[in-house]
Amino acid sequence: MNDSFFSDFGTFLTKRSADIAESATQHLVVVLVSLLIATVVGVGIGVLVWDKPISRSVAIAGAGVGLTIPSMALLALLIPVLGLGWTPTIVGLAFYALLPIIRNTVVGLREVPPAVSESALGMGMGRVRTLFRVQLPMAWPVVLTGVRVSAQLSMGIAAIAAYVGGPGLGEMIFKGLSSLGSKNALNFAIVGTVGVIVLALLLDGAFVLIRRLTTSRGLRA
Amino acid sequence: MPESLSRPAAGARIVLKDVTKTYPGQAGPAVDSFSMDIAPGELIMFVGPSGCGKTTTMKMINRIIEPTSGSITIDGEDILSLNPNELRRRIGYVIQQIGLFPHMSIAENISAVPRLLGWDRNKIQARVEELLSVVELDPRTYASRYPRQLSGGQQQRVGVARALAADPPVMLMDEPFGATDPITREKLQSEFLRLQEKLSKTIVFVTHDFDEAVRLGDRIAVLSERSQIEQFDTPANILANPANDYVSQFVGHGAALKRLGLIPVHQAALGPNVAVRGAIEVNVNDSLRDALDSLVLSGGTPVAVVNDQGRVVGSIDIEKISAVLGAEILPPALAGGVRP
Repeated sequence: MNDSFFSDFGTFLTKRSADIAESATQHLVVVLVSLLIATVVGVGIGVLVWDKPISRSVAIAGAGVGLTIPSMALLALLIPVLGLGWTPTIVGLAFYALLPIIRNTVVGLREVPPAVSESALGMGMGRVRTLFRVQLPMAWPVVLTGVRVSAQLSMGIAAIAAYVGGPGLGEMIFKGLSSLGSKNALNFAIVGTVGVIVLALLLDGAFVLIRRLTTSRGLRA
Repeated sequence: MPESLSRPAAGARIVLKDVTKTYPGQAGPAVDSFSMDIAPGELIMFVGPSGCGKTTTMKMINRIIEPTSGSITIDGEDILSLNPNELRRRIGYVIQQIGLFPHMSIAENISAVPRLLGWDRNKIQARVEELLSVVELDPRTYASRYPRQLSGGQQQRVGVARALAADPPVMLMDEPFGATDPITREKLQSEFLRLQEKLSKTIVFVTHDFDEAVRLGDRIAVLSERSQIEQFDTPANILANPANDYVSQFVGHGAALKRLGLIPVHQAALGPNVAVRGAIEVNVNDSLRDALDSLVLSGGTPVAVVNDQGRVVGSIDIEKISAVLGAEILPPALAGGVRP
């Protein structure tokens, strides 16, 4: 590392700024879309299983096992079915994002005191209203923590999705690693990696804000 | 004064007939053929040890627990034929853990049922303020607070206000004051009694505390295993004539003292006026138990009885107090003596 490296790197950043911005945007979009899908599906599954001991164990264990599948392998397995590009990337990411969301939805709903649910039922809210007006709002901070963990997880895995032709900063990392020794190889790898980290930090910051805006004052400790 | 509850609906008649609850996989029923006729505006206490089925029996009235067999009617209407949610919106429900919604403000908690019933905004706001005043919480201070910012006693008052929100004719209360400290409990009990005097709801109140039952109830049902009614009568009658050993055991020691707690001083034949000695005096509206308390402090010499204006209207001593109890006990005792 010397002055010439930094000046080279600076030139690289300026020359490629449009590319970098586009990759970063795509990276963020692919993560957000998968996260949204995973949240809808994960909360849905959590709501269906949280009060049934057997289904609950199956769902949590299943999602846990899913998480142990190496991402590279899973993405490769998706190619014959979904081809290359955005689709396998989003499906793969959403799959990995499910576990923390399902688990936290279950935990959050189970933490709602039975007495609170009982008084909701006892005043004639019915099961569906009790779920949407009482149980889910009370579980929300825990659910949101699950989504936040999934967001961090997805950021990293999204980089690997370049392997199936997925969009995002992973492309730059792969390009750099596959052309090591060439002029800009290291620059590509560094920009890709640091880009992922910066995006992850920004998204995490956004979650702090979202949590603040969407959690009732009555639930804040 | 927050004395204006807008035209409270008077209570409804509740009739339970042969109500039975059997849980699958259990040998015997949890509630076995329970029958009771509750008059409109009556405050009925279910007393019994834990696990006797008193709570189960109560929860069948709002169908939190569905009866296995038997019938329950409210003002002649068979509740099993109603939509459970609509039924519950007409029955106030207060439980020991209170179950306030922590993510909603106090105003939102109280307005939960009115909102379900589709009341308009202004009516709801007026009702919330009215109810907060009724339970002696200042609406300006408390309406926008959250449950966690309130003490246990305040939360329980909000619980009662929430149950009263849509002015239901029937209230079910499951040990509502059980989790509060003795001083708060006593305060809540007396506020609740004052409230009930104005509202005359039909109330089923579950407790394991016999003294609470004596203090609050119009009638007390002493329950044993499988929610069997051992005795169902007024507090005074149960204290004076427990139906069997089970009830006597439940009444516990000091039955005479508990009875004195139910009788005001003016029921006694007062003695001649005496000079007020120091601060020892009792009001005519105090209970005879309070009078006895003062007598213990006076060393047994008669204690002055004063009216609300503080004027001495007579005196009371141990014999006069005993006579009141004796007068109540005597007829049945005599009847026993001369029974053919």
